[in-house]
Parts: sequence; structure tokens; C-alpha cells
Amino acid sequence: MANVLINAPKTARRGEIIEIKALILHPMETGFRPGTNGSIIARNIIERFTATWNGDEIFRIDLSPAIAANPFVSFFAVATDSGTVSLRWSGDEGFQVEESIAITVE
Amino acid sequence: MDRRRFLAGTATIVVLPFASARATPGSMAAAISQVVGDAAVRRGRVTLDVPPLVENGNTVPLVVSVESPMTAVDHVKAIHVFNEKNPQPNIFSARLGPRNGRAVVGTRIKLGDSQTIMAIAETSSGEFWSASADVIVTLAACLEEAS
Repeated sequence: MANVLINAPKTARRGEIIEIKALILHPMETGFRPGTNGSIIARNIIERFTATWNGDEIFRIDLSPAIAANPFVSFFAVATDSGTVSLRWSGDEGFQVEESIAITVE
Repeated sequence: MDRRRFLAGTATIVVLPFASARATPGSMAAAISQVVGDAAVRRGRVTLDVPPLVENGNTVPLVVSVESPMTAVDHVKAIHVFNEKNPQPNIFSARLGPRNGRAVVGTRIKLGDSQTIMAIAETSSGEFWSASADVIVTLAACLEEAS
């Protein structure tokens, strides 16, 4: 399992706007840096992060090498109904990670 | 060459690099026009929150917030962030919608040099709003591998 930290409320009132923060362990290697032997280290970044609420996409962000290592993304979402929020990261070298959290909406 | 003419010559040599460094590099303008097309980009509505002076360009916190009711008829569709002097002009492109409630996106970025950062928001009505911020970086990102 990849190392992922997700910060979001477990419960919310219906219609409340909640903040979701996500951090993932990843080098975000730019592909512009020379390594210790002088040759360029190959690019290895996360290209896309998407969030779905009960299967509906609510947020998507395309990242570039200019995003810091261990990418952190925060965004807001309207708590519509109880269910799962799935966060998916995908990128170079077949990188695919999906994590889900449960949110109860009252 | 007499002394006076020599001094005048060195003065112009020194001044020139400063003049050219302040111009917006073409790569950022090209990246922006790829997103915006022919539409006009107006200043305002967007707040770009980034520290004016950073010690370490490897992680710079950045938050973009846009004034918008975020309803089905009037919301922010996308937020794009660009830089001038990193190897590539793009930083990120986020897609939003009415389900976000607030048009706010936060992340942490790398900066290779002191430069101007620009955020552009695209609304559902097809308008573009922008904000820019100058950041001074004392230690640039990604010059060499950390040992």
C-alpha cells in the first residue's frame, strides 16, 4: 500500500462545504536534474489526481513536475449524501493508487 | 578609447541584463494562450496566496481561491497556474464544478528561481480572471540530487 494521508471530516451536515486534503508519498522526479553520476534522472511524476463522490467525479487536477515531492492537494466539496469519497493518483511508470474514505451526511 | 567612453560602455552592458530579465518569458505567454485562446484575461476575482519570500524553493505552499457562487449556472470550471522560470511553464490545471462549493485549490510547488506566478480561472460563462504574485526564492529547487 502506498503511503497516503487523507484529512476530511467523517460526518457532515447535508449541504455543508467540507475541505478534503490529501498527501501521498512520491518523489515527483522532474526529469531535469542530473544524478550523482552526472546523467539526467528520468522523469517520474504523478500526472493526475481525481476525486469521486459515490462514483461521480467532483474534482480533478493535472500536475506537472513543478509540484513539490510528496504532492499535497486540498479542495472543497459539497456534502451531498453519505457514501465514499475515492481519491485516485496516476502517473509515470504505471503509478496507480486509489484510496477511499467514508463520509456520513446527516 | 578614453576613460569616459569606456565607462559609458560598461554602464550599458551592466544595465541590459536587468532590463531583459523583467520581461515575461515567452514560454509562459505561450502556455497561457494555449489555455485561454483569443479570450481576454481580466485581473481580479482570483486570489493567489503564496509567500513573497521563500527560503526553500522545493516546497512552496500555494493556494488559489476564486470569488464565485459555485452554482450550476455560475461556477468556476478550471483553475490554471503558470510560472515564468521553471523548466516548464505549467504548474497545475484543476477542473472544478458546482459540487466543489468553493473554488479553492491548495498545493505545494517547486520554484527554480525568483519569479512571477500567475493563476487563471475559467468561469462557466467563458470568462477568464487572473492574479499574479512575485516570489523571491533564496534556495532554488531541483538543482542537483540531494546527497
